[in-house]
Amino acid sequence: MTLTKADMADRLFDDVGLNKRESKELVEAFFGEVRTALGRGEVVKLSGFGNFNLRDKKQRPGRNPKTGEEIPISARRVVTFHAGQKLKARVERYTGDD
Amino acid sequence: MTRSDLIEVLARSQTQLSYKDIELAVKSLIDQMSGALASGNRIEIRGFGSFSLHHRPSRIGRNPKTGESVSLEGKYVPHFKPGKMLRDQVNNSVKQ
Repeated sequence: MTLTKADMADRLFDDVGLNKRESKELVEAFFGEVRTALGRGEVVKLSGFGNFNLRDKKQRPGRNPKTGEEIPISARRVVTFHAGQKLKARVERYTGDD
Repeated sequence: MTRSDLIEVLARSQTQLSYKDIELAVKSLIDQMSGALASGNRIEIRGFGSFSLHHRPSRIGRNPKTGESVSLEGKYVPHFKPGKMLRDQVNNSVKQ
């Protein structure tokens, strides 16, 4: 099973009592604001879940895997996620049985 | 940006909702995501990215103090793969 934005909005409707439209908008706004902050170059720390960090990568040599042709991979900024202690501990207890 | 900054920003944009409701909603979203991963499920958020579990096989580790070998059980760790929209937004901000 996979958790999606629609599932999350349904739960906001059930648990928090927001109406369907408010639930949907809030889920969109939640991820939208995190993305906007990262786009501004701000690190995002969600306590109880984890941190979204930014890393600046230098240009490095790469290859087109199909043709073998050498092409440089341009310098770029990427997002990395580091799970917090609480999330790590919960996930470690998952045994893969269900 | 911290969790409380995020609640502030959302309260300013979602003016029809009370601050209390936004707080509860953010808590619910974070609990839902943690719960999904804790029970071995994936999370797929279009335009943002996906979260899944990666397996780390069992291995023989060492107690760094005593040098003694200890066997460590295999475990799962959370993994995030940013979506295209997030990757582009983050990367384009540097180019400008």
